[in-house]
Amino acid sequence: MATEVLPHTAMTLHDHLPMLQILVPFFAAPLIVFLGSRRLAWPVAFAASVISLVISWMLLMQVIDGGVITYHIGGWEPPLGIEYRIDAANAFVLFLVSAVSVVVLPFAKTSVADEVAARDHTLFYAAYLLCFSGLMGVAITGDAFNVFVFLEISSLSTYVLIASGAARDKRALTAAYDYLIMGTIGATFFVIGIGFLYMATGTLNMADLADRIGTQGGNRTVEAGFAFILVGVGLKLAFYPMHLWLPNAYTFAPSAISAFLAATATKVAVYVLLRFTFTVFSPAFQFEVLTLQFVIMPFALLAMFAASFVAVFQSDFKRMLAYSSIAQIGYMLLGICLLTETGLTAAIVHLFNHGITKAALFMAVGAYVLRNKDTFYNDICGMGRKMPWTSAAVVISGLSLIGVPGTAGFVSKWVLVQGALEKGWWPIATLVVASSLLAVVYVWRVIEVLYLQPARSDSTATEVPMSMLVPIWIAAIACIWFGIDTDTTLTAARSAAAGLLGTAGQ
Amino acid sequence: MIRHHLILRVVTKLLIGPIMLFALYVQFHGDYSPGGGFQAGVIMAVAFIIYGVVFGLATVQQVLPPWLVHKLLALGVIIYAGTGFASLFLGYAYLDYGAFSPAHPEHGQHWGILAVELGVGITVTGVMVAVYYAFAARTPMLSDEDW
Repeated sequence: MATEVLPHTAMTLHDHLPMLQILVPFFAAPLIVFLGSRRLAWPVAFAASVISLVISWMLLMQVIDGGVITYHIGGWEPPLGIEYRIDAANAFVLFLVSAVSVVVLPFAKTSVADEVAARDHTLFYAAYLLCFSGLMGVAITGDAFNVFVFLEISSLSTYVLIASGAARDKRALTAAYDYLIMGTIGATFFVIGIGFLYMATGTLNMADLADRIGTQGGNRTVEAGFAFILVGVGLKLAFYPMHLWLPNAYTFAPSAISAFLAATATKVAVYVLLRFTFTVFSPAFQFEVLTLQFVIMPFALLAMFAASFVAVFQSDFKRMLAYSSIAQIGYMLLGICLLTETGLTAAIVHLFNHGITKAALFMAVGAYVLRNKDTFYNDICGMGRKMPWTSAAVVISGLSLIGVPGTAGFVSKWVLVQGALEKGWWPIATLVVASSLLAVVYVWRVIEVLYLQPARSDSTATEVPMSMLVPIWIAAIACIWFGIDTDTTLTAARSAAAGLLGTAGQ
Repeated sequence: MIRHHLILRVVTKLLIGPIMLFALYVQFHGDYSPGGGFQAGVIMAVAFIIYGVVFGLATVQQVLPPWLVHKLLALGVIIYAGTGFASLFLGYAYLDYGAFSPAHPEHGQHWGILAVELGVGITVTGVMVAVYYAFAARTPMLSDEDW
């Protein structure tokens, strides 16, 4: 039988960048287990992260002007095959995730050695890389079902990572179990939603889904699919009434993992929400607009206040930060609910700015854990003098958390207020500012404990080693840097927002 | 060690061989008929698990020590991803099996699916055995005599 063979043009390594972005960290994970060496685990993980960062930067530079890169897995054409599709929005997220990983890993080396039993280190770094590549995969893929698969890869490894905090505190096990139950329910809702969309359209490719939903218009099946996806992703991103897994998970996870997850996991979930609300569905879909404005927005506003309010009354620094994260997610959702380009820009830029702020703060928490075993306010009092560098970084990133001018946090809140005013919703703008005052209260409590209270007489705490201080300060300086040089982040975020709204090049 | 359950032990010894053979059959005919890596992996793991159930955890861990199970878990994934790497370095898309036989893409598909399924089978065997080890190695809160 004579078969017709189509001529094949060889792909270069440059064409493979989208695949290598995921493949390098993903391949490194089993490699670590296969090598089984405790000494090699960290270097392999770090090398994989650095390569990922370089690739994500190259991809971001290619798409920042509104371009799109696609990659067909296995050579199968979409919509049948799985497609990786990179535009400004996900290149930005990929860059954030890999940058955070490169900063957090050097910190993790010392912190993990202290907080996780030595015999678990190889498996710990393998799980870390799986989580990392899962999060990157969620961001890069253009296939709705593939999002679910990568979401599961990252979630399952996250449960393991959180549970590995059990060496320090046994409650990490129940925290991980809680998250497992909630995360699984979330993933189930998500995949049911995708099932509905598949039923209504017969396709799983996001671009194709958008096309078909656009032409056939909304119906009950599509609406139900949207609702299920919204709830599923809502659970993953700790959207206000579904946030209860988060405080325990972040409090009892090893500090390096709290830093990594706080800066990336919920951010990637926000990205998924963005992708589904703006690419797969569109604001032309009336049901979506109503849901966002009458269901999501009130809860986002509530999150800003309620979670901040709870954060004020915490007695544990780490737990306080966890509650503050829930409040900050409120800002991002509010930005999305505005449904304008400015609102979206605010959400995307806050995703980045809050990521680096929380990374700095959670790493500082890790430094206190190393020296004081715990981060309750009466354990860390007076540390401003005993650990001056760590505490100074806490002050800087704390200011960024509040949104003081000159810091990264200010930029995103400014754009958010602008977005609200553009729509003439000045009460919302007022609420954004008012809730920031609550942030002043909870950040001030920490600063007061660190600087104005005397250290405990039995405290032997000293400054942490350079390997921890440098990552903390890189993140803290980034908070200032992106507060002053707003050009890079805002350009990328604007381009991403324009791409999502389909107004690029107009 | 008390040697009891004579019939069970004899039947198990007789069965383990055919079980493994059947696992390999399911593994390598997976691309033509029902079966494949997942099913074959589970069947292969059953051979080890039944040996452990009847002859004790210590005995089965002499045959398949836990450190080897860890390596198997990773090895399967490495084979799978490695197949993709191979096609990638041959100038084709990731996991484009056509790369393995450019003149006859269907043959390439066969080779590719065979390699990938082998990886799946090894990992699934490893996972099933690892899960069994994890549960069986737990020390009971009450010893048998205390009941």
